[in-house]
Amino acid sequence: MRKISVLLVLVLVLSAFMAGCGGGSGDADEAKVIKIGIFEPLTGENGGGGAQELDGMKYANSVRPTVTIGGEEYTVELVISDNKSDKTEAATAANYLVDKGVSVVLGSYGSGVSIVAGDIFKEAGIPAIGASCTNPQVTKGNEFYFRVCFLDPFQGTVIANYAIQNGAKTAAVITQLGDDYSTGLGSFFETAFKDLTGDANSIVSSQTFQQNQADFNAILQNVKSKNPDVVFVPSSITTAPLIIQQARDIGITAPIMGGDTWENATIIENAGEKAEGIVLSTFFDEGLADSSPITKEFVEGYTQYLAGREASIPAVAALGYDAYMVALDAIERAGSTEGAAIRDALVATKDFEGVTGTINFDENGDAMKNMAVIKTVMDGKFQFLQVVEVK
Amino acid sequence: MVLKKSTKAILTTVLVVAALVLLYMLDNGVIGSSYTVRIVRLSFIYALIGVSMNLVNGFTGLFSLGQAGFMAIGAYTVGVLTIPVDLRPNVYYLKPMAEGLANVEVPFGVALLLGGIFAAVFAALIGAPVLRLKSDYLAIATLGFSEIIRAIIANDQLAPITNGSLGIKSVPGFTSIFVPVAISVAGIAIMALLIKSSYGRAFKAIREDEIAAEAMGINLFKHKELSFTVSAFFAAIGGGLLAAHLTAVDSNQFKIMVTFEILLIIVLGGMGSITGTCIAAFAITAGKEWLRFFDAPFFIGAWQVPLFRPGLRMVIFSLLLMAIVLFYRRGLMGTKEFSWDGIFNFFHRLQDEIRRRLKKPAREVQ
Amino acid sequence: MDLTTFLQNCVTGVSLGSAYALIAIGYTMVYGILRLINFAHGDIFMMAGYFTIFAITNFMLPWYVAILVVIIATVILGAAIERAAYKPLREAPRMSIMISAIGVSFLLVNLATYLFTGLPRSFPKLGFLQHVYKIGDVSAPVVTFITPVITIVLLFVLIYLVNHTKMGMAMRAVSKDYEASRLMGIEINTIITITFIIGSALAAIGAILYFSPRPMVYPFSGMMPGLKCFIAAVIGGIGNIPGAVIGGFVIGIAETFLVAVFPSMTGYSDAFTFVLLIIMLVFRPTGLLGENITEKV
Repeated sequence: MRKISVLLVLVLVLSAFMAGCGGGSGDADEAKVIKIGIFEPLTGENGGGGAQELDGMKYANSVRPTVTIGGEEYTVELVISDNKSDKTEAATAANYLVDKGVSVVLGSYGSGVSIVAGDIFKEAGIPAIGASCTNPQVTKGNEFYFRVCFLDPFQGTVIANYAIQNGAKTAAVITQLGDDYSTGLGSFFETAFKDLTGDANSIVSSQTFQQNQADFNAILQNVKSKNPDVVFVPSSITTAPLIIQQARDIGITAPIMGGDTWENATIIENAGEKAEGIVLSTFFDEGLADSSPITKEFVEGYTQYLAGREASIPAVAALGYDAYMVALDAIERAGSTEGAAIRDALVATKDFEGVTGTINFDENGDAMKNMAVIKTVMDGKFQFLQVVEVK
Repeated sequence: MVLKKSTKAILTTVLVVAALVLLYMLDNGVIGSSYTVRIVRLSFIYALIGVSMNLVNGFTGLFSLGQAGFMAIGAYTVGVLTIPVDLRPNVYYLKPMAEGLANVEVPFGVALLLGGIFAAVFAALIGAPVLRLKSDYLAIATLGFSEIIRAIIANDQLAPITNGSLGIKSVPGFTSIFVPVAISVAGIAIMALLIKSSYGRAFKAIREDEIAAEAMGINLFKHKELSFTVSAFFAAIGGGLLAAHLTAVDSNQFKIMVTFEILLIIVLGGMGSITGTCIAAFAITAGKEWLRFFDAPFFIGAWQVPLFRPGLRMVIFSLLLMAIVLFYRRGLMGTKEFSWDGIFNFFHRLQDEIRRRLKKPAREVQ
Repeated sequence: MDLTTFLQNCVTGVSLGSAYALIAIGYTMVYGILRLINFAHGDIFMMAGYFTIFAITNFMLPWYVAILVVIIATVILGAAIERAAYKPLREAPRMSIMISAIGVSFLLVNLATYLFTGLPRSFPKLGFLQHVYKIGDVSAPVVTFITPVITIVLLFVLIYLVNHTKMGMAMRAVSKDYEASRLMGIEINTIITITFIIGSALAAIGAILYFSPRPMVYPFSGMMPGLKCFIAAVIGGIGNIPGAVIGGFVIGIAETFLVAVFPSMTGYSDAFTFVLLIIMLVFRPTGLLGENITEKV
């Protein structure tokens, strides 16, 4: 046994060296290269969403693999760093990208890891463009962080608006303890809902659950006994199907609503017919294809690229695509691979035509978007319900 | 072979000066990069936390799994007390900070010390009932306390102080690599002195045989409590350093997995060896980064090796650790400490071994 | 709380508790014999969840065949872990073997992340188990109602096995005195393997019953149930099989009612389990049904 183990260790170490060399030889290309860092969770709690966002970026890279800087053609190299949905890992993963000399960073799915990494990118003077991180904290007070999606206060208002339009007078909110996305969005929804109904007691039940919790019966029983008109559950895709299913099992019939994370085929796969009728807000819908030629081109191209891997185009993939394209646009206008120059170009971005809408950055670096898509699940598919615009 | 005292002193001085020069160069960007600086910083912090855990587990023989909780206390104390006052509304954006605290900003050093004291007081309080428990019961009880601390921090009731689920950001980072390094080294040195003192000998006696130790007149409870409290103090200091290292704190950073990772550091280094823990802290922190390329797709020519995809790194990492646990149970250093004599003897033995191996076939030929 | 809510909570608590009980038995039996907290037990339970997914979703086995396959696969995994990670450390200090258990747990979680990705996989529907059944205003899937029944039946089978068979007698002997039973000619290693087989089989059944109404499996899904079941075993008196079942019920019901009675305390439900454990350890370290063991010099 001892000998075998020594051998095993040797083989591992050897293969490690080989891999190290293999990786090294790839860089020795003649052509000029600009590196774009991709900072996404590929494992851990948000691994699924991170992979979808990465797909959108990879697709964008295949559509536009080069960029012209100062009259010279540069090949874009994607440097991928897995932040494991974990903040301690995220800090090192972010530094890894800085060390690799990337000019701009895209990501991450999940706001918490972006918040940690933000300071590191700022210190290194590398601009970062978030695709789907919706928490206000990501860009606030960080002049190097941008994002192409809307923010949670906006999203909370949109969902509250929709619920009230459909006759809801009371709501229950269930959020995940220790998760800034869930807690933040839940709280913004509560504020908006109370404001819009003008009733301070309209949130009849406010419950929290814990990461890796699998049994929600007790919480849902509390909700059921209060009999709310809607139940709002901003949560990760890991817990959403469990909550939806268990809620239906114990007989909660009120509409269950979620945020942008819910637009993921996993939810329908896992919750099955019980997912029918859930409502969620998101960034993008294939149905918007006719709104602009760019969107149409993307929808067609990406559907082909996916080759049936997903039932529909995830919104985060579209945002990942937009983040990449905005970055390239800024690099071209900056005419430089320097972080500071690209940042200034990003600030100056004007009316960039993205597939998820026109992008202009405000003073925080957030895309000024006033449109969200409300979707539902019908016949085992995400169906477009309406576009909500809030001024 | 025993080296002369003066030779050893010279060697040690050379080593320390070389380390200082290297750190100075790292700090000023002469060598390495911000990535290297980060890994070195993290290694030093983990070394401090590792030694603090080793003090209880390796030297006193108490199986405690509460390190993550004490780290959380330290990290949160530093986080809450050092955010610049003008940035606080940004951080506490859902619920404003408690009024008594909102304008209290203390220097990093004071916050760090306070964090350590809080953790030590907490450890002394829970030590009274918990330390009477036997090995595995103690493990599970300390693990429980660490989870309870985490739950209290993350819940709404304490949100005006800890910001609940949202965590804390905008914690001022280190200005120089020497800050965490100096604090870690000082902490480790203090614990080393404690272990060398008569208290340390009592700890080891308890580890070897509790009943015999008690019969020898060692006050079991007093010594266990001392070891546990000191360990909690330095774990919290390490946690505080971690908060400044990451510039953000969050209750999810202090889950059971963190305690397990530190446990694996002290196992690799050797339970009961301070230098072993330090070496292992560096090996594991750097090793985890070094293995990172396992996660990327890997090509030999045009052929993509199918096994390389995200997650492989951690599998290899855990396999290596299992191999250590099973086949090199004593870890790198066992209960020994690093010494120049040890190094020279090792090379001597190696030399002898090689000579013997070379001679053997020759004799057979004759 | 009205009657319906109360009854619904009872159903939830008892069902959750009985799934915990099945897993807790595995902890208690291993502890009884090896004096080892098998930290990897929760992860074996998680792997059983993945095995079910493969058996039914990927290999399309009928559910009754699948259950058998899953039990066998889990048993093999459990026994293999014992052979590879615990047997070599039989003579080692107790801390080493416990660290080895933590290492195995670490490995299984990372292996699952690598092989099956971090994405949650959907647990398949097993025959009639997931039909929602209504008694008055109380509604729950069938599996919720039958879980306690299966647990009680298995408990009696196990008690018979331990108290009335030769093998059971050998198991009791080993847990009483390791060295003496070896001298009496008991094959210690065989007994230990059998213990792991029983524990793993129960974990597999527990996994099927636990995941059916909570149908998501991901690499960390064994972590919390694992810890809670260990606590259940301690509360019941570790080493005592009926104790583990009682402990499981206590935790399942207490957890449910904490949330029901104090809705603002939902965030503390995990912490509460640990508080329960610490209170127990301080005031009655041998658990509800445990025997007093005096430390030998």
